[in-house]
Amino acid sequence: MGQNIKKVMVIGGGIAGIQASLDLAERGIKVELIEKSSCIGGRMAQLDKTFPTNDCSICILAPKLAECVRHPNITLHTLSEVKNLSGQPGNFNVKVFKKARYVKEDECINCGTCVEKCPMRVDDEFDMKLRKRRAIYIDYVQGVPSIMTIDRENCLLFTKNSCRICEKVCEREAIDFDQKDEEFELNVGSIIVATGYDIFDPSSLRSLGYGRYPNVVTALEFERLTCASGPLGGHLERPSDKNEPKKLAFVNCVGSRDIKNNPFCSSCCCMYTTKEAMIAYEHDNEINTSIFYIDLRAAGKGFREYIQRGKDQYSIKYIKGKVAKILEDDQKNPLIVYEDIETSQVKQLKFDLVILATTMIPKKGAEELAQILGIKMNDFNFYKANSYQPQISSKEGIFLCGACREPMDIPNSVIDASGAAAKAAEIIMRG
Amino acid sequence: MKNMSEEDIRIGVFICHCGTNIGGVLDIPELEKYAKTLPNVVYSDANLYTCSEVGLSEIRENIKEHDLNRVIVASCSPRTHEPLFRSTCQEVGLNPYLFEMVNIRDQDSWVHMKEPEKGTEKAKDLIRMGVYKAALLESLEKIKVGVTPTAIVIGGGIAGMNAALNLANQKFKVSLIEKESELGGLLRQLNKVYPTNEDASNLLKTRELVENHKKIDIYKSAGIETIEGYVGNFDVVVLQDKKRIEIKTGAIIVATGANALSPEGYYNYNGKTIISQLELEGLLKEDKINAHNVTMIQCVGCRNEERKYCSNICCMTALKNAILIKEQNPDTNVTIIFRDIQTHGVTYEEYYRRAREMGILFIKYLPEKPPIMKKNRIEVYNDFMNQVIGFPYDLVVLSMPLIANEDSEQLAKLLKVPLEKNGFFLEAHVKLRPVDFATDGVFVCGSAHWPADIAESISQSNAAASRASTIISKEIIEVEGSTAEVNENLCVGCEACIKICPYSAISKDEDTDTVVVNKVVCKGCGVCGASCPHNAIIIHHFTSDQILAEIVTYGGGE
Repeated sequence: MGQNIKKVMVIGGGIAGIQASLDLAERGIKVELIEKSSCIGGRMAQLDKTFPTNDCSICILAPKLAECVRHPNITLHTLSEVKNLSGQPGNFNVKVFKKARYVKEDECINCGTCVEKCPMRVDDEFDMKLRKRRAIYIDYVQGVPSIMTIDRENCLLFTKNSCRICEKVCEREAIDFDQKDEEFELNVGSIIVATGYDIFDPSSLRSLGYGRYPNVVTALEFERLTCASGPLGGHLERPSDKNEPKKLAFVNCVGSRDIKNNPFCSSCCCMYTTKEAMIAYEHDNEINTSIFYIDLRAAGKGFREYIQRGKDQYSIKYIKGKVAKILEDDQKNPLIVYEDIETSQVKQLKFDLVILATTMIPKKGAEELAQILGIKMNDFNFYKANSYQPQISSKEGIFLCGACREPMDIPNSVIDASGAAAKAAEIIMRG
Repeated sequence: MKNMSEEDIRIGVFICHCGTNIGGVLDIPELEKYAKTLPNVVYSDANLYTCSEVGLSEIRENIKEHDLNRVIVASCSPRTHEPLFRSTCQEVGLNPYLFEMVNIRDQDSWVHMKEPEKGTEKAKDLIRMGVYKAALLESLEKIKVGVTPTAIVIGGGIAGMNAALNLANQKFKVSLIEKESELGGLLRQLNKVYPTNEDASNLLKTRELVENHKKIDIYKSAGIETIEGYVGNFDVVVLQDKKRIEIKTGAIIVATGANALSPEGYYNYNGKTIISQLELEGLLKEDKINAHNVTMIQCVGCRNEERKYCSNICCMTALKNAILIKEQNPDTNVTIIFRDIQTHGVTYEEYYRRAREMGILFIKYLPEKPPIMKKNRIEVYNDFMNQVIGFPYDLVVLSMPLIANEDSEQLAKLLKVPLEKNGFFLEAHVKLRPVDFATDGVFVCGSAHWPADIAESISQSNAAASRASTIISKEIIEVEGSTAEVNENLCVGCEACIKICPYSAISKDEDTDTVVVNKVVCKGCGVCGASCPHNAIIIHHFTSDQILAEIVTYGGGE
């Protein structure tokens, strides 16, 4: 094994990929960080606050983003995906496909002039489609690298062969419509997969009314609704009539612990619904919240105390029972129908806004990447991890971290990421 | 105001639009004009993005062209951008500590979006304060220290062994300290390990790898006597067979594990028909289960007033042992009396389903109505059925929580790291630094941090090894230059600062009866300076003179 390449590829630039990259870079090992979207940050960037400290998510993440992009040992490849793998542990050849950004990375200074002038209005995926962005855009205000991207699916030059306004207004001549997608090869000793997760779409659960009732939203949408940099500027109002909601309900285990959908537990919902209820209360002390749950899973450090704090100080009521269905009255108030365990009766409760704790599911495209890398998946399409060395995948030299292997919260993703870095360093240093 | 007289102060102020973030709210040309009127300001300019390469090269060029010896950027947060601007100054020979950042975004344009005129006035105040402070800034140097490229792992359970093994495989020399005469910790007492019901003895094979590794020195039946020093340079004295062994090390990993709470006094515990899960492990190991009705009680001695926490591992342990009993003898009735089943994630939830499919009975109880032990019978109120259910038993198994080791407190003192209220070690940041301590160079993993199962402990031990490797892989580490300094003439040795310092950077010099600050450990947070009743502590880069200058000019004084 004399041919070890002293370099690691990290696939995915969410908190797990970022932590793994930073650990390795600080360890003195070069990192090629591959990110599919135009900015790193992942899901954590979308969150308003984080349990159990209720720290502002972007505020604790942003320094890590800056560190990642500034670190001399980390090369960041955005808009990039892995297309092929050959070689063996210690010496892998990885083919990477990088989509054209149509903006010169060295020239754009994120001044925002092009955004103001772009005539297109497109659903903003970062804000869970709760507002519109333009066809030239940055994922989010604090996004890193802080440069624009042109979305060719929606840009008028690509769809109608007209416009070019951004090109005209850019004083730095940073727009470059001649950029082409490119493919290149990277030679690395080890690979860390940190591709994260997707969110279950609850519209398939007809009985819960998501998509039909405006005042039934998902938890990630709720994060954006309460976030100061979100579409409402942090002033919580309900979608149907812009009124301030006073009675909230959270429904846990939506799409999870359910053999018809996903039998697994999504790990974090008991905690984050409590957190979201606390944040709502901090916005408006008149808010009362009910959380419908099956088991309250709060085994982490300080988690039980956090739930207790929710009960004692934030007007949160925990109701054990699975919600049967959600109806709507003529004021568009959601009505939750559930079985009251104490009386064994079916009851109905009216709320102003209902939030569905939708489960984490495997990332779209996870299977394709598994095939490219030659790693196995478990029965639920997460990447298969070794039972007692959870960062080890089914293939030597390839390691896993974060929610790509199982739903998990941020601290566990960070632990996983550092752990994967240690395992990758073992491979790198053995040669 | 010594700096003023000693040299000609030449301040450059760079104001950032931050796209529309600041420029869309505040009147930037007005601020630029205003900055020029302030004392010692010889240059002022605005950039669309000061942090862009264009903005940075303007800073560099103007330092040279205008002979600037102080630079102010009025923009966003120092948390994200101060390192960048400091290194920009350094590139053209200006000491990085002569840079001052004024936050007119997070603390101004973002909060005063709807009152731009007031926002602009506030920005003027903030910039003026920055200018007055900048005039008093002093050059400081970062401190460079060498690093001993080795690690000490305290605790030879599965977490400690695995951390040592990982670092040794990365070619670092490791000393592994174990208080017992044998490595393996709690794993030695286990029968099988979930979720694949692997024999614990198979996982214990790590022990041979560790014992045969050339890079690992093992000290069994050994304890820690003293720990001195700081990140990269710890001096640890290990006590073994009354011998004191001195070890120098760059990093320390705490992997001291936890203990199971004693079942004595709970639910008529008798060690025979009413036993603990750990005792059940022993019986299962020796294949000595001879019971027809087995009942397990969860959350014994925890999730109560005395111990509010959930011990994390007991639900899965009970499920595992229940499944093993059922596999041995499918006719055995196994019941688990629980509060909430903690089987998060994919594999554990699957395991729970398997247990139910095997016919293991689950009955929820309320903390205010716990199970009652009758002779050969157990009774429990269940709120689903709204009635008391009773069933016979010939074996009751109590799930006891893991509790912090009694000697954690002493180790925490030696390491100068904190414990949380249940006695487990407290990490630097729950969210983003889960295996680090606030004290640099010291890390934690496994049940010493919080009750953790085997897979979690191993996972964390890899993480702790990674974090330790980021230190011991470096020949030299640089630490913050803006630290605290004690004026010995004013210090009365009251030790108020020693008690309050979060990094344990201050100690008493018994000879002079004053305190001394270890500059390598100090992070310049300033709490000591604020707490000193005699103003004997100078916080460099945030000196009283500098802060007073800001306050005075804010109030309109000179």
